[in-house]
Amino acid sequence: MQNRIDQLFASGKKNILNIYCTAGFPELNDTVTIMEALQENGVDIIELGMPFSDPLADGPVIQDSSTLALKNGMSLHKLFEQLEGFRSKIHLPVILMGYLNPVLRFGVEEFLQKCAETGVDGLILPDLPMAEYECEYKPLFEKYNLDLIFLVTPETSEARLRKIDELSKGFIYAVSSSSTTGKNKDMGNQEEYFARLKNMQLKNPVMIGFGIRDKATFDAAAAHANGAIIGTAFIKAIEKSADLKATVKDFVAGIR
Amino acid sequence: MDIAIDTSKSKYHVDENGYYGRFGGAYIPEMLYPNVEELQRKYMEVLSDPAFQQEFEDLLKNYVGRPSPLYLAKRLSEKYGAKIYLKREDLNHTGAHKINNTIGQILLAKRLGKNRIIAETGAGQHGVATATVCALMGMECVVYMGSIDIERQAPNVARMKMLGATVVPATSGSKTLKDATNEAIRDWINNPVDTHYILGTAAGPHPYPDMVARFQSVISEEIKKQLKEHTGNENPNYLVACIGGGSNAAGTYFHYVDVPEVKIVAVEAGGKGVHSGFSAATTQLGKIGIIHASKTLLMQTDDGQIVEPHSISAGLDYPGIGPMHAHLFESGRGIFLSSTDDEALAAGYELSLLEGIIPALESAHALAKLKDLPLKPEDVVVLCLSGRGDKDLNTYITNMKK
Repeated sequence: MQNRIDQLFASGKKNILNIYCTAGFPELNDTVTIMEALQENGVDIIELGMPFSDPLADGPVIQDSSTLALKNGMSLHKLFEQLEGFRSKIHLPVILMGYLNPVLRFGVEEFLQKCAETGVDGLILPDLPMAEYECEYKPLFEKYNLDLIFLVTPETSEARLRKIDELSKGFIYAVSSSSTTGKNKDMGNQEEYFARLKNMQLKNPVMIGFGIRDKATFDAAAAHANGAIIGTAFIKAIEKSADLKATVKDFVAGIR
Repeated sequence: MDIAIDTSKSKYHVDENGYYGRFGGAYIPEMLYPNVEELQRKYMEVLSDPAFQQEFEDLLKNYVGRPSPLYLAKRLSEKYGAKIYLKREDLNHTGAHKINNTIGQILLAKRLGKNRIIAETGAGQHGVATATVCALMGMECVVYMGSIDIERQAPNVARMKMLGATVVPATSGSKTLKDATNEAIRDWINNPVDTHYILGTAAGPHPYPDMVARFQSVISEEIKKQLKEHTGNENPNYLVACIGGGSNAAGTYFHYVDVPEVKIVAVEAGGKGVHSGFSAATTQLGKIGIIHASKTLLMQTDDGQIVEPHSISAGLDYPGIGPMHAHLFESGRGIFLSSTDDEALAAGYELSLLEGIIPALESAHALAKLKDLPLKPEDVVVLCLSGRGDKDLNTYITNMKK
C-alpha cells in the first residue's frame, strides 16, 4: 500500500525539499505552526525531530534545540497530543526522526500504532540496527504501513547498500559525508560517492542530507539524487525568529 | 596469558552476537558502522596473536609494573573479621587499573593503522592512562572530559596536558562522564578513517565491553595465581569491586564468573542515598534501555530521557552500567550493593589510617561495603583497589573539615 512518501516519489517530482525541525522548538507549541508554514511555502517533506537527551549523531545546533525542546516540556506523549488532528490541515508526508531509547520506553508497537493513528508516514531511527529491525520490528512497520528510512554514508560498502536498499521503504537517506549533523564539510569530493549511488540503480529513491544549508548546496545535492534534506540551517534560522511564519517563508524562498 | 581465552561456553560472557543475555549489542548510527564492524571482525584475531600478547605482556611487566601485589590487609582484616586481600591496582603506573586497557587498545590501534586517538574520561584516570600510552607511542591524543569533572579533577587535567594530550571540555547535558562519552563518539563519527576510540570502560557498542574486559582480565588472572600462593586455593569466598561502567569489576570477575562458589560483589555509587534523587546506583534505579550504543540497564525518565546521575566520585558518576554487569545483576550471579558518598569518604579515611593506603574514591565505595557483608573469620575476600586517592585529596580534605 502506498503512503504519502511513496506517492510523492511516484509522482516523479524532482528537487524534493525535506526540512527537518525539532518538535517543541523554539517554543513547545510551535510544532504544528511550523509544519503549516513549511507546507504553505512549498516544502515537500517534513521531518520532525523527537528530542532526546543524548543525540549521538547530532552536532551542537540540533543538540541544543533538543535540549531546549525537552526543557519546554516536549515528550513523545506530548508530541502525539500535538499531532492529533494535524492531517485535517497538512497533506505533506511527515517523518519522525529520533533515537531508539525513548521509542523503546514508549513501547515499539504502541509507538508505531500512534504514528499510524495520527498520520505519520515514516521513521528515521539512526541507532536501530538493521538486523534487529529485520528480525524483530519489520512486520510491525508493515502492519502500520510505516516506512523505515535507513542512513548510508560514503563508507557504506556496496553489499551493505544493497541490503539496506532491500530493507528500506520510502527513500534512502544518503549522508553526504561521515559527520554529525551541521558540520559543513566540503561536498566537492563526494561526486564519486553520489555517482556510485546513482549507478547502483537502487529500488528506493535517494535523498541527500548533512551539510545542506543554502541554495548552492541544495542544488548541488539535488542534482545527484531525488532531493535533499536541510536541518541545522533551518534550526539556526528559526531559533531567534520573532515571526516564525515570515522566517519560514524567507528561508524556503532562499532555497527554492 | 589468557586474554584470548575461549569463553563461548560461558553463560556470563559475551555471545556470538555481542550480547550478554538480553544486554549488549551495537546500537550505532550508520556513520560508525565501518569502525565498529572492523573492530568486531578483528579484535579476537589480534588478541589471539602470540606476537601481540608478547608485546602487551612486556609492557604490562616493564612499563606498568605488573603483576600488581595481592596484599593481605591485616588490620583491615582484623576489623572486619575475615581475611581481606587487596588487589593493588593503585600501584600501577598512572595510579589505577585503567592503564591495562589503554596499553592493549593502543597496540590494537597500531595494528589497525590508526594514528589519532580519542578517549572520554570521568575521574581523569582513563584520560591520563590514554595520554600516557599515546606519549609512549607518539600518537596524537584528544581527551573529552565533562566541564564539571575538569573542575573537580584538576590534577589529572594537568597531567594529561603535560603528557601532550588535548583536553576538550564537554559542556552539554550534565557535563560529566556521560557527556564526555557522547562527545568522543561524535568525534569518531567525524573522523572515521584515521582515529581509534579508546573507550575506557566495559560499556559501549560490542566489541568494547568484551574487549575492555579481556584487557582488564589480567587482574583476575593474577589474583588466581597470587591467591593460590597465599592460601593454597585460587578461589576466594568474596570478590568485591566498585562499578561505574564496570571496567575494574569486569577484570576482577573475568576468570571467576563461571566459578559458582566465588560470590561476586559489585558496589555502585549511592550518591546522597539511592532514593535521594542524587545517585548513580544504576541497577536499583535503572530500566532496560540504550546508552552509548549498548542495550543495558540505564537511569532514565518515563519518557526515555537519560537521567543525570550523581556521585562524589567522578569515575562512578555514570547513568548506565556495562552490559556484562547488567546480566550478572539480572541473572542473580552478582550481589549488587551501593555505598553513599559519606560511606565512601569514611572508608577512604579508614583505609588510610588502618593500612597507610589512600584509596581512590571509586575504590573506597567497594571498601565501604565490607561492613555489610556477612563475613566469617575463615572467609577470604579479594577486593580490587582500583586506584589511588591522590586525585581525590581535595575532596577528602574538604570533607574532613566538616
